[in-house]
Amino acid sequence: MNTRHLYILALSLVLSGLGLFTYKALVLQFPLVPDATALLWNLEVHASFTAQDKPIKMGIYIPRNTSEYVILDENFISQGFGLITTTPEEGNRRAIWSIRKASGKQSLYYRAVIRRMSSEYEPGEPKTSPLTKPTLETPLLEAAQALAKDLLSKSADTETFVQTLIKRIHNPSPEETISVLTGQNPTLETKLNTVVEVLKASGLPARIVHGIRIPVMARSVLWVMWFQVYDKKMWRSFDPLTGTPEIPEDYVEWWHGTTPFLQFSGGKKLEYTVSVAPNQEEAIQAALLSTKLAIPKLLDFSLFNLPLQTQAVYRILLMVPLGALLLLILRNIIGIKTFGTFMPILMALAFRETQLLWGIIIFSLVVSLGLGVRFYLEQLKLLLVPRLASLLIVVVLLMAFLSVLSYQLGFERGLSVALFPMVIITMTIERMCIVWEERGASESLQQGIGSLLVAALTYVTMTIPHVEHLLFVFPELLLVLLAGTLLLGRYSGFRLLELRRFKALVP
Amino acid sequence: MFGIARKLSQAGVLGLNHRNAGYTLWHNPRHLFPLVDDKLTTKTLAQQAGMAVPPLYGVIEIQHQVRELATLLAPYEDFVIKPAQGSGGDGIVVIIGRHHGRYRKANGQLMTQEDLDHHVSNALSGLYSLGGHPDKVLIEHRVLFDPVFEAISYQGVPDIRIIVFKGVPVMAMVRLPTRMSDGKANLHQGAIGAGIDLGTGRTLTGVWQNEIVTEHPDTECSITGVQVPEWEKILDLASRSYELTGLGYQGVDIVLDKEKGPLILELNARPGLNIQIANRAGLLTRLQLVEQHAPTLKSIGDRIAFAKHHFAPINQP
Repeated sequence: MNTRHLYILALSLVLSGLGLFTYKALVLQFPLVPDATALLWNLEVHASFTAQDKPIKMGIYIPRNTSEYVILDENFISQGFGLITTTPEEGNRRAIWSIRKASGKQSLYYRAVIRRMSSEYEPGEPKTSPLTKPTLETPLLEAAQALAKDLLSKSADTETFVQTLIKRIHNPSPEETISVLTGQNPTLETKLNTVVEVLKASGLPARIVHGIRIPVMARSVLWVMWFQVYDKKMWRSFDPLTGTPEIPEDYVEWWHGTTPFLQFSGGKKLEYTVSVAPNQEEAIQAALLSTKLAIPKLLDFSLFNLPLQTQAVYRILLMVPLGALLLLILRNIIGIKTFGTFMPILMALAFRETQLLWGIIIFSLVVSLGLGVRFYLEQLKLLLVPRLASLLIVVVLLMAFLSVLSYQLGFERGLSVALFPMVIITMTIERMCIVWEERGASESLQQGIGSLLVAALTYVTMTIPHVEHLLFVFPELLLVLLAGTLLLGRYSGFRLLELRRFKALVP
Repeated sequence: MFGIARKLSQAGVLGLNHRNAGYTLWHNPRHLFPLVDDKLTTKTLAQQAGMAVPPLYGVIEIQHQVRELATLLAPYEDFVIKPAQGSGGDGIVVIIGRHHGRYRKANGQLMTQEDLDHHVSNALSGLYSLGGHPDKVLIEHRVLFDPVFEAISYQGVPDIRIIVFKGVPVMAMVRLPTRMSDGKANLHQGAIGAGIDLGTGRTLTGVWQNEIVTEHPDTECSITGVQVPEWEKILDLASRSYELTGLGYQGVDIVLDKEKGPLILELNARPGLNIQIANRAGLLTRLQLVEQHAPTLKSIGDRIAFAKHHFAPINQP
């Protein structure tokens, strides 16, 4: 009777999940596989601040059409604010929000859909002769001119000129002529400023360009910077580190010049994020449109209605149930032992940031160093909670140390250790140590390696792009997953590893 | 692979999933778990029912009392310290005597008062309890085991584990500590498990580290055919535990004291499955047999007679 109840429940879950899935896939034509040639991206700038009953003015640069990307659609969300868009400098666009009086927390959004263009597209780039006047003053101007003269004599064309300049600018121990211009310990920005000034001094129009890099996985992004030189009657982008006349395809130009992205007056606690997500392609746009016509309510309750950043979070969150199902299979059907029920899933989520190999290396390092410290703490005879707290502090220190060390050695990946779930790691170390003492080292290592193995497998499963697409576009498939999990809850057959354990009992 | 699984099923071997789904979840209501998860509760319950347990010397319930541990222990030469909610023998310390103000453990090592205090503090904070809950610590009589096992155990105290289903003892084994298990009667840690013929109370072959053995690895004495004394009394204790807790499927741990006879050490709501390897027999067939006949088994006498008749190796099909 109870089993039948379970079967009926599972069946109804599968039917409703698959039913909605089939309807969306066949009738509403939602795409089943991600479009590999997805050329559309959603950009979003979200700024929030607290207003204090005073006039407020906020200006941000907004992107414009370039030869690589065009803007298909853009909108501004700003309740009660006045909005103007201006062109403060040649080729730059700026949006300025203003209000006479406002109070409390305010949020402003800029959203745009951009499309990557095939190479033959020609934007309406102004062909007027750009500004060439150097902004430097003597004696710096003279230094720049001297350097430009020297470089001109040692180069054949613009490209070699730029490359030689870049090479000399990035020299770790720069010569006198360079360090006069850049100052001590220059940042990339001051270096690029110098590059632009030297180019201008040599008569070549140049400018700094700020943009964003479209990430592989959707989340908030950081600015990237490069420079352009007006050469052969067009602005050509140059790589800021190598000086080669090309930049990666996924760099999106936003504005140029040295003015900061955002200017703000009148409020406090200003925060802003810029995020990018792959747009739900034309296939999905079309499907969404037909949904709007067929069942408007369905769309109201769809994930596509959420802000971009939240959508990006859900792309990851929706994969967690899949990880849980896999964990269930590995534990209850295969019989692998792990520390803590869901610890491997948390580790798998951390691996998303570190990538698998690094994740495993960092995890093993932190845990084995932590174990060493834990064995030492054992001698001090501390009570449980103070001991766990000390261990947690040591784990955080270890993580910080690993970040610094790996950064010094030039491994950027080492920095992502910060995303490790440190409380879970602390508990893992404590459990490992107890098991080590009570049940022996082999049992302890077995469970530790088991946890790592399960985490790795979960990570691999949770990062398959096709599955991510499926679960995000058709979240109703989770009902099917739930049904599978419920049914596995009544699985009473042998675990795979039990076959070996009970081998002696085979008649 | 499936071949092995099929053969194991035919042999009536019970897997962990099946034990959970078919027996512990089904026959052991969760509200009864606290009766066996806390050894102090079990002890009190058993005492009230007039069943023999190792005498209790004292209980430490809060951190503050640890200071008085030395005073509490003063009258006793030997004793056992046991976390009330410890699982699988974790956190148990057996003190067999004193030496110049220190305590001598079963393995011969000495512990200072500070070591012992720290151990008790750890146990109180829940280091050895299942969910890490704050715990209590029992101090009780050290069982001086019956000399019958002297030749086949290394330090430590051997104990008898009996699986009792609906009041019928279905399978039994004796767990013999070895050098490898550090005197602990825990199969994971290297103790030997020797199956027991329920009909006669004689030991069968043993299993050590998944290997079938007939001799104790440390003493080299035969572990087969040893008669467990007071077997009738042991079966009686085991069978009565059903009424004591109401748990349909439980593991009863019994020790044989030289003077006090069989004592209930603890009860377990999720007993392990290694007992099958020790007996070289599957539990499932026995459990199913009990399920078939359960309505006819009214008294304790009926249940014991049923067990002795059906679960002796001679009567196995």
